[in-house]
Amino acid sequence: MNEFIRGVKKGFPICLGYIPVSFTFGLIAVKMGFNPLEATVISLTNMASAGQFAGIRLIEGGAPYIELIITTFVINLRYMLMSLSLSQKVASDMPFYKRAIMAFCITDEVFALAAMEKEDVKFPFFGGLMITPIFGWTLGTFLGAVASSLLSPMLQGCFGIALYCMFIAIIIPPARTGRKVAIAIILSALLSCLFTYVPGLDVLGKSGGGGWAIIISAIVGAAVCASIKEVKRFRRRQHQEGGAHV
Amino acid sequence: MCSMQNVAIAMVIMALTTYLIRVIPIGFVRRKLDNEWFQDFLYYIPFCVLSAMTFPGVIYSTTPTGATTPHYASAIIATVVAIVMSWKNRGLVRVALVAVLVALMVELLLPVVF
Repeated sequence: MNEFIRGVKKGFPICLGYIPVSFTFGLIAVKMGFNPLEATVISLTNMASAGQFAGIRLIEGGAPYIELIITTFVINLRYMLMSLSLSQKVASDMPFYKRAIMAFCITDEVFALAAMEKEDVKFPFFGGLMITPIFGWTLGTFLGAVASSLLSPMLQGCFGIALYCMFIAIIIPPARTGRKVAIAIILSALLSCLFTYVPGLDVLGKSGGGGWAIIISAIVGAAVCASIKEVKRFRRRQHQEGGAHV
Repeated sequence: MCSMQNVAIAMVIMALTTYLIRVIPIGFVRRKLDNEWFQDFLYYIPFCVLSAMTFPGVIYSTTPTGATTPHYASAIIATVVAIVMSWKNRGLVRVALVAVLVALMVELLLPVVF
């Protein structure tokens, strides 16, 4: 099958899922005093859920630019890990301009689908994968911005859960078959809760819009899971060598 | 809210920061990292990031802006439904939409029941 079309087909559910989430972003942005055009442009140029929500809060509050940069950096730092991960899944000789285009749409969901590809990620596939989510994210924001006065706060609130449920729908199915994926998920969730609720540790959840808590939980969770095998391999080696090093 | 021009500058700063974070690793790392541990680490990253973002954030997600107390009930029930549906491989969109509807139903019914 044509790689581009295959990408479009895989990306389209993300596009649909993005609409209610970006719709919420549009609603909130307008409520904060941005006009629909600004809200839409922010979505189109950022493609970043949590980072955008935090960003408009800072801009609205008149925060200094440096704070805007630091917060955006911390909340979006996870994209750096994803981008690094993706750099290992593209052909080494892929030209810079193609990489630069792909970089634009390394979102949580698009990356997750690309990362689960068995083979190397090809440029047409990723192009197809990213095109409808970009459209959906931008369109949803615009619709939310113009519809902002029509919806009750309760309805607006309920849209907020869509993003998280999309996350859940991405991470749970692979956890059924991969026990270590399940461990990774549970461990990171626990750590993230610790950083939110435990006095002393919660400074991480409160600073940088929660970005530090996410990044540290994810790094520790992934590091532990990557090490489990290391431990096993190490033990096996010891075992084969007759436990000489014990 | 600051003046119009400042908003425009802030928007450019935000977009540039976000893009640079994304483009630097994939744009410049051409070497295949052969460390097996690091490859495993990168494999788990998407799951860990999404999980850490979801929990505990999701339980506050249905609380309307400006509400004085969090609306835990609708969020928790909808989350449980989403987890069960995901376990049964029900696909992104269906999971997200059903969760929104469940949250909405709880929000509507709760004041009636109590």
